[in-house]
Amino acid sequence: MAPPPLSPNDAPLLRVRGLRIEFPTRRGTLVAIDDVSFDVARGEVLGMVGESGAGKSLTGAAIIGLLEPPGRIAGGEILLHGRPIHALPPAEMRRIRGRHISMVFQDPLTSLNPLLTVGDQIVETILTHKPIGEQAARRRAVELLEEVGIPAPDQRIDHYPHQFSGGMRQRVVIALALCADPELIIADEPTTALDVSVQAQIIALLRRLCREHHTAVILVTHDMGVIAETADRVAVMYAGRIAEIGPVREVVKQPQHPYTRGLMGSIPVLGAGSRRLVQIDGAMPRLTAIPSGCAFHPRCGEAFARCREERPELLAAGHARAACWLYAGDNAAERAR
Amino acid sequence: MNAPPVTPLLQVEDLRCTFDVSKPWLNRLIEGEPRRSLKAVDGVSFDITRGETFALVGESGCGKSTVARLVVGLYQPDGGRIVFDGEDPAQLDAARRQKLRRRFQMIFQDPYASLNPRWRVDRIIAEPIRVFGLMREDAQIRRRVAELLTLVGLSPADGTRYPHEFSGGQRQRICIARALANNPEFLVCDEPTSALDVSVQAQILNLMKDLQDEFGLTYLFISHDLAVVRHMANRVGVMYLGRLVEIADSRTLFEQARHPYTRMLLATIPDISMSGQARPAAQGEVPNPITPPPGCTFHPRCALADERCRREPPQLLPAGPARHAACHAVQEGRDAAPALRHDTD
Repeated sequence: MAPPPLSPNDAPLLRVRGLRIEFPTRRGTLVAIDDVSFDVARGEVLGMVGESGAGKSLTGAAIIGLLEPPGRIAGGEILLHGRPIHALPPAEMRRIRGRHISMVFQDPLTSLNPLLTVGDQIVETILTHKPIGEQAARRRAVELLEEVGIPAPDQRIDHYPHQFSGGMRQRVVIALALCADPELIIADEPTTALDVSVQAQIIALLRRLCREHHTAVILVTHDMGVIAETADRVAVMYAGRIAEIGPVREVVKQPQHPYTRGLMGSIPVLGAGSRRLVQIDGAMPRLTAIPSGCAFHPRCGEAFARCREERPELLAAGHARAACWLYAGDNAAERAR
Repeated sequence: MNAPPVTPLLQVEDLRCTFDVSKPWLNRLIEGEPRRSLKAVDGVSFDITRGETFALVGESGCGKSTVARLVVGLYQPDGGRIVFDGEDPAQLDAARRQKLRRRFQMIFQDPYASLNPRWRVDRIIAEPIRVFGLMREDAQIRRRVAELLTLVGLSPADGTRYPHEFSGGQRQRICIARALANNPEFLVCDEPTSALDVSVQAQILNLMKDLQDEFGLTYLFISHDLAVVRHMANRVGVMYLGRLVEIADSRTLFEQARHPYTRMLLATIPDISMSGQARPAAQGEVPNPITPPPGCTFHPRCALADERCRREPPQLLPAGPARHAACHAVQEGRDAAPALRHDTD
C-alpha cells in the first residue's frame, strides 16, 4: 500500500534542521520561526502544540511548501527521505505535495471546492498522482469514502460539499489527503472547527487510518487533550521555537520546561474539581519584541541571569529535551542561589 | 440542596424562542415553499440562586447562547417568562425596567467584536456608568474607571489606549471591567474564554472566580467546554437542540451523569490524564434544528432509545437527589450505566 521508500528505512522520514522563517516588513524583518529542528519517523504521530502565534501552523506550511508570501524560508533545511525539499521549484514541489506529503486543514468547508462534487475532487487528485484510469479512480474514491466512514459512499460520491455536515466534510478532506497514499500528513487543527462530539470521531479516524496505512502525521493543534490522546511525541512551541520535545507521556505527565509546566497546569481538568488554575502571567511576546535570551524569561518564575542573556538550546531534561538553562549541568550552582 | 427555600435571583420558566429562517418572500412564492422556523429555545426552565454559578453546556446550535441573550433582554422570548429577583422585566414600565436592568450585565465571547474599535478604553468602560446615570462628575467617573482597570489586572494608564493595542486576554479583561462598571449582581457570560489560548483562559477564569468571591456575583456561564464548566460551576444544565436534557449539581453531574447525551459528551473529552482507558466513540452528529427528530430529539444517536423515545418527547423530571433529567430510559430505570470514565481521584 505505501509507496516504496526513497531511502533506507532507518533514516527518518522527515528531517527539519535549523528552520528559520522570516517575514520582511517595512519596519524590518520579523523572524517567525527561529532555529527549529526535529525529525518525524515513518508512521509516527508528532504533535505540535502551542498557543496562537507560536509558529506551529507556519512550520507545517513550510514543510508542505505552502508558506504565504512574503513569508520565506531564510535558513535551515527540510529533508524528505534525506532529499532537500525546502527550495524545490514549484512544479517539482507539486509532485511531492499530495503524493508524499498531504494536508488536512482546519476548516473543511473552505478546503473543498464548492462547485465540484466530492467524487470529482477525489478522482482528480487520484488521477494527478496515480497511473490509473478514470473508472478505477472512481472505484478507489468510493473505497476511500467508505474507509473514512461515510455511509452509502456510492451515492454520497456525487454530492456537493454543502450537502455534507461538518464532521462528514472533514472525513471527505481526510479521504482526499489519503488519495495518493502519502507518507506524511500535516493536519493543521483538524478538529478545531468541529463540535466536541464530532472531534473525538475525527481524531479516532485519523489515528486508525494512519496506523493502517503506516502514515506519519504532524498534528498541529492548540489542544493538549487531543495531543495526549493521539500523538507519539510532542513538540511544544513558544514564540517561534521549540520549548520542549519528547515522548507524549513524559511531556504531559512530567513536563520539564517551565512553560510546559505552566501550560499543563492552566488546563482545567474534569477530575480536578474546581482547584485554582495555574496562571502564567503576561502573554506570549509579539514577533516585534521577542525578549533577549530565552523568550520565556519575563514570564518565568525560575529565570536567572543566564536566561536573560543567552538563548538556550534543546538540552536533555528527563526523558525529553527542553530549551531551558535549568537543565544545563553547570547551572546547578547558580540555580541553588 | 434540591430546592433552596430562599427566592432564587433568576427564575426562567418555560422559555421559548423561535427564529424565522424562511427564504425571502419571492423565493417562497416561486419555489412553493412554506415558511420555516427554528425553535432555538423550546421550553427551558431553571433557577439560579444568589452567589452561585449556573452553567449551560451543549454543542453549537443547542440554544445556549440564545438563552443568554434572552435573559439579558437582547432577544424577546416567544413564550415563558424570566423573573429577576421577583420582578419580571416584561411587566415593568420603562423606568423600573431600566432600574432592574442595571443589576445585570453580559460578557460576550469575542473580545475583538465586542469593543468599539474607535473608542478609547476609558470611554468604553465609562459607558454603562453614563447610560445608567450612576455618576455625573467627570473626575468621579475617571476615578471609577481607574479603579475598575486595576480590579481586572490592567493599569489605569491603559484607559487612554484603543482596543487594538491589547491582546485577546487583555481585551476580555476590558470587557469584564465594563461589565462591572454598574456594580451588577448578576453576570451572563457567553463563552467568555473560548476565543482565548489556554494559558490566557486560566488567567480570565481565575479573575472571574476572584471577582465572584469579592463581590458575591452570580454567574450564568455558557460554555461548550465541559472541563471549564466543571471548574467554574456549582450547577450545570445540559442543552440539546433547544431543550434542557439534564440539570444537576456540578459534582453529581460530572461524577455520575444519567442522561445518555451527557454521558456521551463526557466520553468525548480527550483524556489528558492519559489513563489509557478506551472510550466509546460518540455516534452521529447534531441533526438540523429546523427539522428535529420526533419524540426525544436525541433518539437517533442514543443506544437506549426504544419505541416510546421515538414517539413521545420526554419531560424534565426529578431523577435522584439534586438532579433532573429528560429521558424515558432514566425514568424507567433502563439506563443501567456502564462505569464512567472520569473517576474523580
